[in-house]
Amino acid sequence: MHVSKSLKRLIFWELGIPISLLIIGIYHGLMQTIYRSGVIHESKMAHLDYYQGLTLHGVINAVVLTSFFAVAFGHATMAFYFKREPNKTVAWGSFWLMTTGTLLAAWAMLAGKASVLYTFYPPLKAHPFFYLGAALLIVGSWIPLFNWARMYVRWKRENATVKTPLAVLGTLVNFIIWFVCTLAVAYEVLVLLLPWAMGWKATVNVTLARTLFWFFGHALVYFWLLPAYIMFYTMLPKLAGGKLFSDLAGRIALFLFLLFSVPVGVHHQFSDPSITKGVKMFQGLLTFGVAIPSFITAFTLAASLEYAGRKRGAKGLLGYFGKLPYLDPSRFLFAYLISGLFLFIFGGLTGLVNASGQLNNVVHNTAWMPGHFHMTVAGPVFLGIIGMSTYLYSTLSGKKVFLPRINVIIPYLWVVGILIFSFGMSWGGLIGEPRRTNLGLTYLNPSHELFTPEWVPTTMLALMGGIIMTIAGLLFFIVFFGTMLSKRTTEGVLELPVSEALHDEKRIPLFDTFKPWLVTMGVILAVAYVPAFIDASKNPAEGAPRFLPDNPSPVENAAPVTKKTVTPAPLVSLNATR
Amino acid sequence: MSVMDRSEKRVIATTGALLSLFIFSILYARGRYNDLPECLPFNKAYTEPKVTRLDDKTYQVYAVAQMWQFQPAEIFIPVGSEVDFFVTSRDVVHGFNIYEKNVNLMAVFGNINKTTVKFDKPGVYKITCHEYCGVGHQNMQAQVVVNDPAAH
Ligand code: HEM
Ligand SMILES: [Cu+2]
Ligand SMILES: [Cu+2]
Repeated sequence: MHVSKSLKRLIFWELGIPISLLIIGIYHGLMQTIYRSGVIHESKMAHLDYYQGLTLHGVINAVVLTSFFAVAFGHATMAFYFKREPNKTVAWGSFWLMTTGTLLAAWAMLAGKASVLYTFYPPLKAHPFFYLGAALLIVGSWIPLFNWARMYVRWKRENATVKTPLAVLGTLVNFIIWFVCTLAVAYEVLVLLLPWAMGWKATVNVTLARTLFWFFGHALVYFWLLPAYIMFYTMLPKLAGGKLFSDLAGRIALFLFLLFSVPVGVHHQFSDPSITKGVKMFQGLLTFGVAIPSFITAFTLAASLEYAGRKRGAKGLLGYFGKLPYLDPSRFLFAYLISGLFLFIFGGLTGLVNASGQLNNVVHNTAWMPGHFHMTVAGPVFLGIIGMSTYLYSTLSGKKVFLPRINVIIPYLWVVGILIFSFGMSWGGLIGEPRRTNLGLTYLNPSHELFTPEWVPTTMLALMGGIIMTIAGLLFFIVFFGTMLSKRTTEGVLELPVSEALHDEKRIPLFDTFKPWLVTMGVILAVAYVPAFIDASKNPAEGAPRFLPDNPSPVENAAPVTKKTVTPAPLVSLNATR
Repeated sequence: MSVMDRSEKRVIATTGALLSLFIFSILYARGRYNDLPECLPFNKAYTEPKVTRLDDKTYQVYAVAQMWQFQPAEIFIPVGSEVDFFVTSRDVVHGFNIYEKNVNLMAVFGNINKTTVKFDKPGVYKITCHEYCGVGHQNMQAQVVVNDPAAH
């Protein structure tokens, strides 16, 4: 399908900006594994402090890249299936809000004024531009939903009895989840944090802020994941040479995500004070509700791949795995998607551990966590994003993919890297290695009293994996930017692979309408979250003043040297056996 | 439902069985292993670090995290003691992780976190801050010394 220059340019920028920033993100990913393994014992390298870099790594890789991509991919999907382009002015307005927000936050982080990590828990205070930037990025990414909803309503009016295309349904579900969950973080940022950071409000309720953050934060992971799911359901079977086993299964899974992806955020707060056990248990059990759409997906995709393999002549129970187009450069997306799916098996299994209250006590905030989520967000999500970015760019621009044979092995290299990395991190987590820590300064420094030799092999494995991941990342940059720099060979068009359904069930109205699902979503949300917010408002005592990462005294007392500085109380060692 | 394939029905049944198994395990593990922390309303008394001996085998520790140390920095208790940890923070969010005992708490300003754990074996148990808390985060470790001969 032919699309306007404006839409092409929009999509190019929405892919190009985050992928350029990703260079910093990947660079510091490698650096983190170097610091952590004790190869260097420094607090900073090349003017970039460990925690400043970690903030950049989290914000760029997990927030900027993912949200820009979701918007770009959404525009492409909607235009492709509706054969109609989204409103230009609105789409570019969203782009400028997101870009401005990203630039503000990037400035604050690069200037070293926002080393608060991508979760920005108060009472650590960042520069107001960091919060403002985050808010603009988020609000900017809401706008396309309204743009697309209008297109959908119009299409539906003309096609009342036709099933909504699965990819469209997925995109709408994803952005509804995103809109609902970001309301909480927008409230956190604009009402709690920004006035407090500016000094207009003296204190902030830390637990309330954390609860609002995780209302957003868990759903965020589904916002990451659903574009990959859309690719798995609507493209992977076609790329494999087969059909989607069941179209209805995809719809059911998507609507279940609508129900289960938001009201479970408290599972990130199992170790928090002030939230009652009942609320934690309830949301913990609800978390397992996600197992249903996940198993539906696992089955449907495996069945689709089996169908494809058998069509290509596979025999036996699992023979179909041998017959898939793993290394076909003309179908490189298959390589990216199948690699992501493979990593997701381990991401899902480790996720089950995290979601179980007692086991979470073993792993919470240890290196296990980054071990887990590099097999999700840096697994299917990331591979889907980079594979689809190369695909969209090359088809839309009419340029051939640069180094096609290299391109098709990148995801496999990434898988090898991640498996080693995550094995090291998970093992480390099980023996107490903390995450978010510049281990090289103390715990992995043989001349420091805190030296912990048990963590040498674990951090070394993470380093080895990190090096392989970085090589795969570099190859991706070469392929992507190399494609950009090469000459156009044909006219650029918007084409997406489309899987036919093997079982194309007839339209069931319940699975082709949003209303009942939205109402149910609202009810579950209220039941799960009203008690959590009551706990978070009622149980904590006082709000906290502002703190900067380099000073134990609150901001109010910290500034001029002439003022009396508050010295922390001396270390006391108490011996109760006497 | 006729829209469903036979294998799909089997998968739904397997999912249901697995899900029940997961949920059963979680409920079964409650109380047998370290449970989720207790929820206590804030009380200023807990913000002064101390170790209190309730009886031979029962101790209370008021642990206070601050940038970048725990107080008390060393806690001495006899082997076999049951210890209630009450944890809070004077400033930013900190972590309180005794990995050998699966004690895993967040220390939060204006909030009290609580868990109970029994120290059956003598040894030195590290308490590691595992939430980023500023430039000195990687220095923040304390310890529980169980049956330290030097203490007698
Ligand atoms: C060369 C590739 C990469 C390497 C070597 C790498 C390495 C690491 C390491 C070692 C950590 C933990 C640092 C710590 O807790 O102290 C980390 C955290 C993280 N990584 Fe990566 N990573 C890479 C790519 C990615 C990608 C592609 C994504 C997402 C798309 C990602 C998302 C994250 C997130 C969200 C965190 C958590 C940040 C935080 O705790 O605040 N990483 N990474
Ligand atoms: Cu979650
Ligand atoms: Cu700390």
